[in-house]
Amino acid sequence: MHTVYKISADDQAAVEEFNAKPIGHHSPALQRVLNVIRGQPVRDKYVLICTKPHKEWTLGQLTGERGQPVRILKDQVFTSVADAEREIFRRRWGLHTGEKS
Amino acid sequence: MKITGYADKISARPGETLQFMVNCERPRYRADIVRLVCGDLNPEGPGIREHVVPTPANKSYKGRSQTIESGSYVLIQNSPPLQDLKSFTVQAMLWPTTPDKGTQAIASKWQDRRRSGFALVIQAGRLALQLGDGRGNVEVVSTNKQLLARQWYFVAASYDAETRRVTLYQEPQTDYPTVADAGRARKKTQLERVGSNQSALMFGALRAGSGRGRLDQKFNGKIDSPRLANRVLERAEMEQLKRSVPAQLQQSVVGAWDFSRDISSTRVTDTSPNRLHGETINMPARGMKGHNWNGGSMDWKQTPEQYGAIHFHDDDVYDAGWEVDFSLTVPADLKSGLYAARLRSGSEEDYIPFVVKPAKGKEKKLAFLLPTASYMAYANEHMATNAGLIELLSGRLAPLDKNSLFLNEHREYGGSCYDSHSDGSGVCYSSRLRPILNMRPKHISALGGDGSSLWQFNADTHITDWLETKGYDFDVITDEDLHYEGLALLKPYQVILSGTHPEYHSLQMWDAMKAYQHQGGRLMYMGANGWYWRVAFHPDCPGLMEVRRNEGGIRTWAADPGEYYHSFTGEYGGLWRNQGRAPQVMLGTGFSAQGFDISAPYHRLPDSFDARAAFIFAGIGKDEVIGDFGLIGGGAAGLEIDRADERLGTPPHTLVLATSQGGHTDIYLVVCEELLVTTPGLGGTENELVRADMVFYETQGGGAVWSSSSIAWAGSLSHNQYDNNVSRITHNVLERFLDPAPFVR
Repeated sequence: MHTVYKISADDQAAVEEFNAKPIGHHSPALQRVLNVIRGQPVRDKYVLICTKPHKEWTLGQLTGERGQPVRILKDQVFTSVADAEREIFRRRWGLHTGEKS
Repeated sequence: MKITGYADKISARPGETLQFMVNCERPRYRADIVRLVCGDLNPEGPGIREHVVPTPANKSYKGRSQTIESGSYVLIQNSPPLQDLKSFTVQAMLWPTTPDKGTQAIASKWQDRRRSGFALVIQAGRLALQLGDGRGNVEVVSTNKQLLARQWYFVAASYDAETRRVTLYQEPQTDYPTVADAGRARKKTQLERVGSNQSALMFGALRAGSGRGRLDQKFNGKIDSPRLANRVLERAEMEQLKRSVPAQLQQSVVGAWDFSRDISSTRVTDTSPNRLHGETINMPARGMKGHNWNGGSMDWKQTPEQYGAIHFHDDDVYDAGWEVDFSLTVPADLKSGLYAARLRSGSEEDYIPFVVKPAKGKEKKLAFLLPTASYMAYANEHMATNAGLIELLSGRLAPLDKNSLFLNEHREYGGSCYDSHSDGSGVCYSSRLRPILNMRPKHISALGGDGSSLWQFNADTHITDWLETKGYDFDVITDEDLHYEGLALLKPYQVILSGTHPEYHSLQMWDAMKAYQHQGGRLMYMGANGWYWRVAFHPDCPGLMEVRRNEGGIRTWAADPGEYYHSFTGEYGGLWRNQGRAPQVMLGTGFSAQGFDISAPYHRLPDSFDARAAFIFAGIGKDEVIGDFGLIGGGAAGLEIDRADERLGTPPHTLVLATSQGGHTDIYLVVCEELLVTTPGLGGTENELVRADMVFYETQGGGAVWSSSSIAWAGSLSHNQYDNNVSRITHNVLERFLDPAPFVR
């Protein structure tokens, strides 16, 4: 999905709300931000790689081309899904706003 | 994954033999037959539970590489009329879907090692004739006009052996002003001759390399009415030949294939006097609209002459066709259940699940109906890697385990009926004669909700885990058994338990379950979004199923208008709801909303205090919240959820016992078949249709139905050492359902 909504400084409250609870009930304002962020097109889209199931994860990026291996990003290892969600949110927030969250 | 495999059958009775086919890229592997109890790796849950069963098959085997050749085509075996060709004309109606995707063979009689023969191809997006002299020299003559995707063309090429002149015709059937996609080419070739060969004639591909070689130049798109003649035909003669073989051309025509014959089969019929019949390989799609479809009929049975196209895909696969590595004759004393051949080589591992049915006449009172038709529909799905939507649907990052990563790279393992082919058309056939790597214990699925993240097969092991833990004697039977055996399969049982997501049903399966209910059988619906899509099994080819995604319903692709009838049976496809058999007719509830992040609990409704429901809520408090815990999204109501609706067939005496309404996130949205007008407020925090309704009702003949109406339900059973209200309700219902005393209103 390509949303037309542009994330701006007005959405700053979403950052705190997301970091407090990356998965679950969210305010409409945060959901609108997430629709932008999680609606990232398939090319370069972030995914979660289960390196040790339910224990350890790394990030990956889809290529958008069938049959091409997922690019595994080995620079960061996560021991919680929530931490991986926060990291992806931070990266995407930066991409959309040019800021660091 | 260095080791993968599949079995020839999904289920077997004692005394019957299963064969196992294994690809192992290590020198040796160990196989053990295991009884599967729980396949959930989540440390918060019961953990992996499996028991090795001693059988003669349990031992070490030599590993060998076995690969899959994907891509569909028509094969016409070589014969004198084909081999003796000197001059020739080849023609067809063509609807290319990926004209720019490399060289693709429309019709080929080609021997690659010596570069001998001919192939009508698309090259650089243009129609071309590839000729080989059998001495290593190849020449390609092109129209040099770009073909458009998804447009019909008449295409033809002729070669005159006397004059060595090639003529090509590329004629669009729709003219678009300013678009120059028509082309005609005449050229004298430099080759002294076109070499003859022993190769088969193929439509949709050719073989490259020496020996059997490899499938190459795979075509994407439709071919309709291909013809081959033994001389250069005039354009007017080609026109005559489009429809049939006129008497004056009988001596010239080598083959005139009519793909509208025997649509339900793999047979391909040549209507010429030579009768050069052939077969389809790897199940290209049939019953597809031809070049002359005029919209007057939507049904290929009514106007077969307008359905003379076959849609070929470079990623079609039916039977992997691997060599057998070992077999298992099911021991007479092996109890019915869910089993697997566990394959291990060092740290590499795969499982090939199968079901052992009871010996006839030795059925228990309770059977778990494993929804294998649904497993086939989802077989090797690529939703998390093909499309960007999963993260939006699930409100979280898509988790990929080793199986998903392997499937992403190994497209030759084929897609699911949720995937699109590489040309964007929907995958309407799915086979189990290939490794199905998401039908595995330990598999994590992006659809499975926060927590254990299980879907379909592995989620269903939460049910076997609970049944084993509670000490129930039960049989396991499969959808495919139900399709072929009908009511006789169900008749011995007091109670049938469904899986977590029994979504796909053939007419035979649907009728058998309804008949079972009418005769007093009891059904426990342990899931949601069940009895939703109509499917067809192939009349001749084992392990092959078809889904046409028609009209409405949650769909990852849509069948084209005019292609709504199953090719396997001629039955109308799509949702059972659109054929007057909504899930509510079978279960009291039907698909209402979906979301894949977190789950919600149920709250009791006034009906739960009705005396008829007292047995269900024995030991449950008046205000007790039900299922505010669980491995699938942290609640018992979640992922896909069903609601009661009398208008859709919920029986009027149904007790709506509890509901999850109001507890879901806005990731949960009302299903699209409910949307006649789009409005705001379709999410879980606002819309009344976003809910799982737990229901109970008595059926004629003393039977009853109880429905959890939630895919997540089974993920809550093991909470607190199986001592919780989801487990208790399930236990209460099962105990009463096992009691033969009839339910009386």
